[in-house]
Amino acid sequence: MAYDKFTTLTSTAVPLPIENVDTDQIIPARFLKATERKGFGDNLFRDWRYNQDNSQKADFVLNNPKYSGKILVGGKNFGSGSSREHAAWAVYDYGFRVVISSFFADIFRGNCLNIGVLPVQVSPEFLEKIFTAIETDSNAEFNVSLSEQTVTIVVTGESESFDINDYKKGNMTNGFDDIDYLLNIKEAITEFAKTRPF
Amino acid sequence: MSAKKTLFDKVWDSHVVHQIENGPDVLFIDRHMVHEVTSPVAFLGLKNRGIGVMHPEKTFATADHNTPTINQHLPVADPLSANQLKMLEENANEHGISYWGLGHEKNGIVHVVGPEYGITVPGATIVCGDSHTSTHGAFGAIAFGIGTSEVEMVLATQCIMQPKPKSMRINITGELQFGVTPKDVALFIISQLTTSGATGYFVEYAGDVFTNMTMEGRMTVCNLSIEMGARGGMIAPDDTTFHYIKGREFTPKGEAWNTAMDYWQTLYTEEGAEFHKELTFDGSQIEPMITYGTNPGMGMGISKDIPFAEATQGGASTYKKSLNYMQFDEGDSMIGKPIDFVFLGSCTNGRIEDFRAFASIVKGKKKADNVTAWLVPGSHKVESAIKEEGILDILTEAGFELREPGCSACLAMNDDKVPPGKLAVSTSNRNFEGRQGPGSRTLLASPLVAAAAAVTGKVTDPRELMLENA
Ligand code: SF4
Repeated sequence: MAYDKFTTLTSTAVPLPIENVDTDQIIPARFLKATERKGFGDNLFRDWRYNQDNSQKADFVLNNPKYSGKILVGGKNFGSGSSREHAAWAVYDYGFRVVISSFFADIFRGNCLNIGVLPVQVSPEFLEKIFTAIETDSNAEFNVSLSEQTVTIVVTGESESFDINDYKKGNMTNGFDDIDYLLNIKEAITEFAKTRPF
Repeated sequence: MSAKKTLFDKVWDSHVVHQIENGPDVLFIDRHMVHEVTSPVAFLGLKNRGIGVMHPEKTFATADHNTPTINQHLPVADPLSANQLKMLEENANEHGISYWGLGHEKNGIVHVVGPEYGITVPGATIVCGDSHTSTHGAFGAIAFGIGTSEVEMVLATQCIMQPKPKSMRINITGELQFGVTPKDVALFIISQLTTSGATGYFVEYAGDVFTNMTMEGRMTVCNLSIEMGARGGMIAPDDTTFHYIKGREFTPKGEAWNTAMDYWQTLYTEEGAEFHKELTFDGSQIEPMITYGTNPGMGMGISKDIPFAEATQGGASTYKKSLNYMQFDEGDSMIGKPIDFVFLGSCTNGRIEDFRAFASIVKGKKKADNVTAWLVPGSHKVESAIKEEGILDILTEAGFELREPGCSACLAMNDDKVPPGKLAVSTSNRNFEGRQGPGSRTLLASPLVAAAAAVTGKVTDPRELMLENA
């Protein structure tokens, strides 16, 4: 589906310095029963965020009023595991537009790009700097520029560039999705289909 | 790269409809498998766009993730699950897609029924909104899991947009030891590469160990490719493959079979083709494996002790958090740990061969009293074979019950949930925190290890029991 355009964002960030955060943590399977894309943010990190009696776990970062913002910063290998796009939906629905990590799992990265969450992969060193900046001041702001492909720690001015292919960059900037593109080349696809033997 | 082509290159390149400069390839999809959980929003997307399914005849729907594994003839009790199942049926009917719902003789886990009915063939591109779609790579297909936006994309256009992954070959040479199964091979590889070691790659498995492996075993290995981050894994088709698929319902017949065979026989990696990464392991060094942590990379030979944080790759704090969740300590031995649940099933190990292996250990023994065992066939076809081969009698005699097919405790979306704090030996694919129910603790292992645990009530080296039985 088409989504909001993304150009640049300056925001505080929520730190989650844990490695291998898998999609079962981002959204446990028992919350995948919906048939519409609505309300997944409520169950983002459900079992880290809530006790089994639905009371909040005070020590989890999303329950700490000190931290807020549209940027989620995770440890290495963020989003491993299942292909459930619900994980990206939950991140988006909660209010995040950017996830920063030093390494993303493939499917999660692709899902994010398809629904309007920008995955920003930085070096492990820069990721540490970001975590340190948040630790020093939970109100520290970060600027993410898609056109420049940079992420900047506003207070120190330190900046690093990130990769994104031109096609996806164009889609995010304009709010287009892949299906719009493919429907435009449908004739070529129809011709190709005729050549497939099975 | 050299002009020599890998198996992966051959299949990928022959499906590229269009290349976008500094962007993804537009890849044509031959087979699209659909299930109830990741498809409803995709069908809704089609409706909102006012378009239909481009190739319903290349699309197959089965209900599996959310289905109960007992009393399948009764209405599904959970209203949300029932609604998802109803939506799948309605969507399939509306768009003319074959639908194998609950109770249908062909119903089962999507990655089990695809190969069983010959939907899975060599050289095809196969996708499904489930990451273990990599299973189908066992046939020399390019198969991978996709998100819901991509499900919608494939329904709408029969294509997907993907950057071409890098290639990796994993060679396992030599012969596997007694008691070592394909599951152990896969868990061994993941323990060596870590859970992100193959991210960005598509893997080809090669070497004697795979050449000598059955199709069921190859499926288990390819299934687990995603657990080291790979997009998928594949094995070049050979006589074992052709023998398996011949005569299945959807495989080509007659002249079409011969034509297909001419093509399939060209599907191998050419001598001298280059991979971005190549690894070789000695198969004879692999032991029966078990995991001790909260990702599939945290596995080891069953006779070893849990490594100390310093000896592991990755962050010590994440490692300790994981062991803390599992209630284990560094240096612990896994052997002898009392367990509460055993799950035999899933698209990783829910095929007939897995039930044969399980039965070979429990035969003539009794299920331990402290163990709750869920034995869930991957499909009705597997269920029938279990009955026909007399395996059910062995299981019943040993105090086990057989459930009805589905994903079950692999992801615990239905009622098959391991309670908080309980320890399960599971033949499935993920030991993430809470994967088998909130607070549950999972040890991934082969059907042999699961069977040994089921009769002794604790983690046990299956080779001991196999020697007794021999
Ligand atoms: S058994 Fe598990 S991994 Fe396989 S399709 Fe079902 S949920 Fe996915």
